[in-house]
Amino acid sequence: MLFYLVKRVLYTLPVAFGVSIVCFMLVHIAPGDPLTSVLPPDASAQLQQEMRRLYGFDRPYYEQFLRWFGRALQGDLGTSIATGRSVTSELVKAMGNTLILAAFATMIGFVLGGLFGFVAGYFRNSFIDRFASLLSVIGVSVPHYWLGMVLVIIFSAQLGWLPATGAGPGGSSDWAWDWAHLKHVVLPAITMSVIPMGIVARTIRALVADILSQEFVGGLRAKGLLDLGVFKHVVKNAAPTALAVMGLQFGYLLGGSILIETVFSWPGTGFLLGNAIFQRDLPLLQGTILVLAMFFVVLNLIVDLVQSAIDPRIQRS
Amino acid sequence: MKTGLLKAGLLASLAFTAMMGFASAQEKLLRIGMTAADVPRTHGQPDQGFEGNRFTGIPMYDALTHWDLSSAEKPSVLIPGLATEWKADDADKTKWVFKLRPGVKFHDGSDFNADAVVWNVRKVLDKDAPHFAADQVGVTASRMPTLRSARKIDDLTVELTTSEPDSFLPINLSNLFMASPAHWAAKLAAVPANVADPAERAKQAWLAFAGDPSGTGPFKGVRLVPRERFEMVANKSYWDPKRTPKIDRVVLLPLPEANARTAALLSGQVDWIEAPSPDAMPQIKSRGFTLYSNPQPHVWPWQLSFVEGSPWLDKRVRHAANLCINRDELKELLGGMMGVPKGTVPPGHPWWGNPTFDIKYDPAAAKKLMTEAGFSATKRLKVKVQTSASGSGQMQPIPMNEFVQQALKECFFDVELDVIEWNTLFTNWRQGAKHESARGAHAINVTFAAMDPFFAMVRFTSTKTFPPVSNNWGFFGNDEFDGLIAKARGTFDDAGRDQALAALHKRIVEEAPFIWVAHDVGPRAMSAKVKGVVQPKSWFIDIAPMSID
Repeated sequence: MLFYLVKRVLYTLPVAFGVSIVCFMLVHIAPGDPLTSVLPPDASAQLQQEMRRLYGFDRPYYEQFLRWFGRALQGDLGTSIATGRSVTSELVKAMGNTLILAAFATMIGFVLGGLFGFVAGYFRNSFIDRFASLLSVIGVSVPHYWLGMVLVIIFSAQLGWLPATGAGPGGSSDWAWDWAHLKHVVLPAITMSVIPMGIVARTIRALVADILSQEFVGGLRAKGLLDLGVFKHVVKNAAPTALAVMGLQFGYLLGGSILIETVFSWPGTGFLLGNAIFQRDLPLLQGTILVLAMFFVVLNLIVDLVQSAIDPRIQRS
Repeated sequence: MKTGLLKAGLLASLAFTAMMGFASAQEKLLRIGMTAADVPRTHGQPDQGFEGNRFTGIPMYDALTHWDLSSAEKPSVLIPGLATEWKADDADKTKWVFKLRPGVKFHDGSDFNADAVVWNVRKVLDKDAPHFAADQVGVTASRMPTLRSARKIDDLTVELTTSEPDSFLPINLSNLFMASPAHWAAKLAAVPANVADPAERAKQAWLAFAGDPSGTGPFKGVRLVPRERFEMVANKSYWDPKRTPKIDRVVLLPLPEANARTAALLSGQVDWIEAPSPDAMPQIKSRGFTLYSNPQPHVWPWQLSFVEGSPWLDKRVRHAANLCINRDELKELLGGMMGVPKGTVPPGHPWWGNPTFDIKYDPAAAKKLMTEAGFSATKRLKVKVQTSASGSGQMQPIPMNEFVQQALKECFFDVELDVIEWNTLFTNWRQGAKHESARGAHAINVTFAAMDPFFAMVRFTSTKTFPPVSNNWGFFGNDEFDGLIAKARGTFDDAGRDQALAALHKRIVEEAPFIWVAHDVGPRAMSAKVKGVVQPKSWFIDIAPMSID
């Protein structure tokens, strides 16, 4: 197991390096000026050149990359051009906010998705199956930013029950686990949970249906196991694949959603990324993409390890 | 005795509760939903375009000169700010003497004086100054292109030097906000000693200053939550009694998404939103909110190409296009949220100048001009225009461009729209019509602010501002225009300068290097409890005289 762990960790290093190169290239080949946020469009050519020199954008790309990569290895992702604040501190704060949102969205999405998936799979082709499948299809299909807007119109603008925007009455910096703050999470978390709910439900339904159709289930029943006993076996067999899907979905949620976080002005990683894109804030953009990409790398690693712990056949293969 | 004490105690606690309730009910709070995606910088030189100046510049800081924001009817003109008077040196027009307002204090209690002016000029122009701030240079230096240095004459007199005689300097200086040198020095002293690099120390001091700013304005910054909110409280000892705030606290919230802003207003989370979504206007009105708008010094144009082979080289074609657009219909399409232009500035403005060409809807005259130019229903003129699908100040570029495209069809034009990404369009604007990035376009649709004569007129009509120097994308210019510009720049009494600028504007409208399509009207929606709102003919608005009912 230790050898497997070391091997998998070592595999992530070239992936991380590749990701950093891709991040750097992506933001530099995109059209637009990296100094958009600090230079007005009417700035003179001379001033533009001077600013490029001051910010180091006049240096060759490889030099810019090596400087950035060297600092990133030490945990310094540079300084945001638009705000002058440290990218690392901006990211840490945004990730904390996204984590809160993702945790609630995960709870809603995985619980409902798991429930719908198992029920639908267990009662295949019944009315319950069709109803649960319909809900999961809607979850996967509905544009979540549209759903967010509809929820805001109903529960904020019309009924006035829940706030439309923000991460608390005084911002996220004084976050507390009370209703005054939690009510800000309700609408974005519901909106964010819809897609993972649908995906998890559909995956688990297919898994449960497949497992139930296998011969060993008939064997279990022939041995006299009750439904609860069979259910335990189904869960155990479905778990590795379901976990992998859930892990990826959790990764997506941790990455934040530009659309949802913008609709709700939730100051998470998606909102940060959106700002960085529109302001052409290259250090912030590079740093955010790199960290979000590393999220997936680490998450995949964890999922692999958990899968192999549950099902040793994976490790051997 | 016991009962008496109990009664007294009850009365006292009731009185205390009532007082506390009274005190808290008395805080007059104004919450504003901005279109910016982040709080504009708070250290004195805001980013985020003029929305930054509007919300974290003018409320917290003063400049040597101000814009008069007190009237919704009259044009917004330059008035004294922290300088009470100014004059160019008769012998050397590159030197200006500014007399400073006495008795003004920064929010930290230090004095505003000539040293503070010199310090604030050096923060963006002197790379060797210990407090030089590279990130403030871009948004400041470009707006005062000829200013070179400042020198103290005495505590309340300062001499400013320009690179060339430039009568626009007092206008430019409305963009240089005065931050407190003493407060910055305190922030620098608080930077940990292990930070040895002077530039890094200065950077950290500015960052700390942004979190706890100090200017001389009617509001003091008190709380910054990056990307989420910024809070300001009233500066009750502000030097101008007319602008001493009646509102106790202002909270600025960046809400970049139009629907989110509207929902925040309708749900009572904010009292004021900038640029409500046009679709939501009827609902906003029906819920008792007040909509404010007024034409701004803003132009939504097609800037025409004058390079060889351009169809716009023929003045008749330029005039025909200007006469072929029914701008009133376009205004209706935009729910009334646009101003109908008669030029770059409106009639009544000091720079108007009574041009002989009247920009109006006259399709018969337009067709006649096109026929004279050799075009007809069967021999149509093909033109290509670069625009974007979105962007600051672009209003609603796609429906508006499609409207113009359709309108010009009646006058024998076949318009091809080349829609590109906003930042790319900006970059192309600087590169000019001859550059490959123009992709053969004959016009470019980039909107601009027209508060300052350089940005409103000079950069589009001078031969010295051909790309890549500045934004004369279409290479429009000749000796006549260079002469008019030189005269305006070299006329140092305000009335004479405005007269010279009026002569320049008159000729610009007559020569029509643009198709003038619209002025933005800066729509904003507010709760009815916000009183004393004056929306001037400006990009800015003054929060200080407002009150909360």
